[in-house]
Amino acid sequence: MKVSRREIAIGGAAVGIGIVAPAIFTEFYVSQILTHALWLAVAAASLVFLAAYLGWVSLGQTGLYGVGGFVMANMAQAEGGLDVSVTPWLACAIGVAAAVVVGLVVGGISSRSEGIYFLMLTLAFSVIVETFFGKATELSGFGGVNNVERPGLIGNPAQDPNRLYYVSLFVAIVVYLAIRYLVRTPFGLALQGVRDNPARMRALGYHVALVRTLGFAFGAAIAGVAGILGTWWFGSISPGAVNVGAIINLLVIAVIGGLTRLEGAYVGAFVFVILDNVTRGSELIGARFTTVVGLIFLVIVLLSPGGVMGIYESLRRRATRRVLTPDQATTSGGGA
Amino acid sequence: MAERVAAPTARRSPSRLAVVGLAAAAATYVVVRAAEDLELFVTVTLNGLTLAGLYFIVASGFTLIFGLMRVVNMAHGSFFMLGGVFAFLIQERMLGDDVSAFGSGDATMAQWLVPLVLATLAIAASGLLMQQVLLRWNQGQDLRQALITIAISVIVADQTVARYGGIAQEISPPASWPETIPLGVFGLRFSFIRLVVLGLAIAVGAALIWLIRRTRFGMIVRAGVDDREMVSALGIDIQRVFAVAFLLGAGLAGLAGVLGGTMISVDKGNDSAYLLIALIVVIIGGMGSLAGTAIGALMLGLIDSYSDVYLPEGYENYGPLVTFGMLVVVLAVRPLGLFGRPA
Repeated sequence: MKVSRREIAIGGAAVGIGIVAPAIFTEFYVSQILTHALWLAVAAASLVFLAAYLGWVSLGQTGLYGVGGFVMANMAQAEGGLDVSVTPWLACAIGVAAAVVVGLVVGGISSRSEGIYFLMLTLAFSVIVETFFGKATELSGFGGVNNVERPGLIGNPAQDPNRLYYVSLFVAIVVYLAIRYLVRTPFGLALQGVRDNPARMRALGYHVALVRTLGFAFGAAIAGVAGILGTWWFGSISPGAVNVGAIINLLVIAVIGGLTRLEGAYVGAFVFVILDNVTRGSELIGARFTTVVGLIFLVIVLLSPGGVMGIYESLRRRATRRVLTPDQATTSGGGA
Repeated sequence: MAERVAAPTARRSPSRLAVVGLAAAAATYVVVRAAEDLELFVTVTLNGLTLAGLYFIVASGFTLIFGLMRVVNMAHGSFFMLGGVFAFLIQERMLGDDVSAFGSGDATMAQWLVPLVLATLAIAASGLLMQQVLLRWNQGQDLRQALITIAISVIVADQTVARYGGIAQEISPPASWPETIPLGVFGLRFSFIRLVVLGLAIAVGAALIWLIRRTRFGMIVRAGVDDREMVSALGIDIQRVFAVAFLLGAGLAGLAGVLGGTMISVDKGNDSAYLLIALIVVIIGGMGSLAGTAIGALMLGLIDSYSDVYLPEGYENYGPLVTFGMLVVVLAVRPLGLFGRPA
């Protein structure tokens, strides 16, 4: 888990490009591609975090995104919803807190399930969130909550997209560093221990279900933050933002990027958003972007479970194999 | 193993008590509300039971496939939706120029039965095709298989909207059937097609029990659920059994889609709605268990129906929260579902 010089160089370059991007690209590009990709990346990071460090593929992140976004939108000044009208930052804090609380409940009941059961349980949770906000007209209804007030720091992205962009960039970097930090703490090591061998961790005296639940709640906080960023970006949130299509988009992003590397979330989000914009503009495919996404997803799952990052890693392995001893080469050969 | 299972159960007895208390409180509440208006209660209960019938047909196909092959078929909802769409299109063709007949019950018995059978067969065949082409060669990789079926469901959903649009339609039941029939209590009448669906669900359940308990195929399925390798080591062509199970499971989803399309509607959103139903039913009931599926379907059907009517005034729309609560409570006590067994 040592931070290599290569990682620092690539990370530094990415952040550098991120900081100067608004000076290079048009406002449309900054808002529609970069900011969009950044909040999607944060949402995907919560999924990849769980996949990589807890060994769980969660379809519940979209539901938690929805809890964060909807609760924030209901608390802030907005059209529709409860319109409690607390200050935007307080609304934001309540939204994240709600996502964490719900995350604790969902994590609690799923912490004793394994693999495929977990996938089903979390999918059921996300669809319940969508159905709930679709039906509960006081909180949202099908129209959703619109014109959600943003903090003064962000202002109106339609007039100045750069502010929301920099906030999103900052959050995306903080989330990345927080996850990298967390997985090196004793708690993070316990997470990985539970992922690799729950029985042994139990024997060592760890409360396996509790460790998993807390790990899930951490992921829920990140998903909630993404929900708030996404709601600020759209200016509104409706059940359509957390429907099965959205669940799958997030999964597609994570799978495109690769479920085993945190960077995959960021790479996947950019690939996804660029693809979205390219295919939407094209006459050939028109509005059938979803079919294209589905096909790409299918091909990736059929061919390379590691996604884009998996391809990158297997290329690197192939390039470095020559300098490894035969023993190392065989151990690094078994990929995802 | 036995010790590990027994210990937490004993420790969890307070939570078990809490759950029983909660269930009793909920039941008491429904009884009190029911006593206010018994006629309404009868109708609402029948609504719930008939919904449960539909849910059972959908979920039984899902649990059959999972129990035997450990494949979580995320495209199960898409099969349901396509079953309805196919039947609707076939019926539309059969009704010919008589377009004004939609939903007005002008179809003959054949104009309902033929679409039902054809759509069910078409979906069964599609399921088999999907299994043979995409799932057969990666057996045992359950996550990958689930992701593959998710991809299929995305593509199917998008193409369905592109081709047939997003307007909800209805499949016309035979005109010879009455709209409602008298129940014999309180002078109430109830939708006939809903009772037909309930009857069919019971028939499907009975047929499945017979198939699983009494036939050679069922014997192999039961053995396969416990130990696939052993079954194939004994010289049984497990691949053929898998193919038949997938044919059957997808066919049940298609059949349910046609019935749901007649009883409620054919809608583009049906895929995720009924995938959710199948998931909840089998999570509550326990994966792979037919009895569990029946209980799960019953619980979900009744909860859906009761929460629309009996939730406190102003909160009738919070039904999904009740469903979620039930899921949490059941899993807190039985992590593998009511009838679930460790794999």
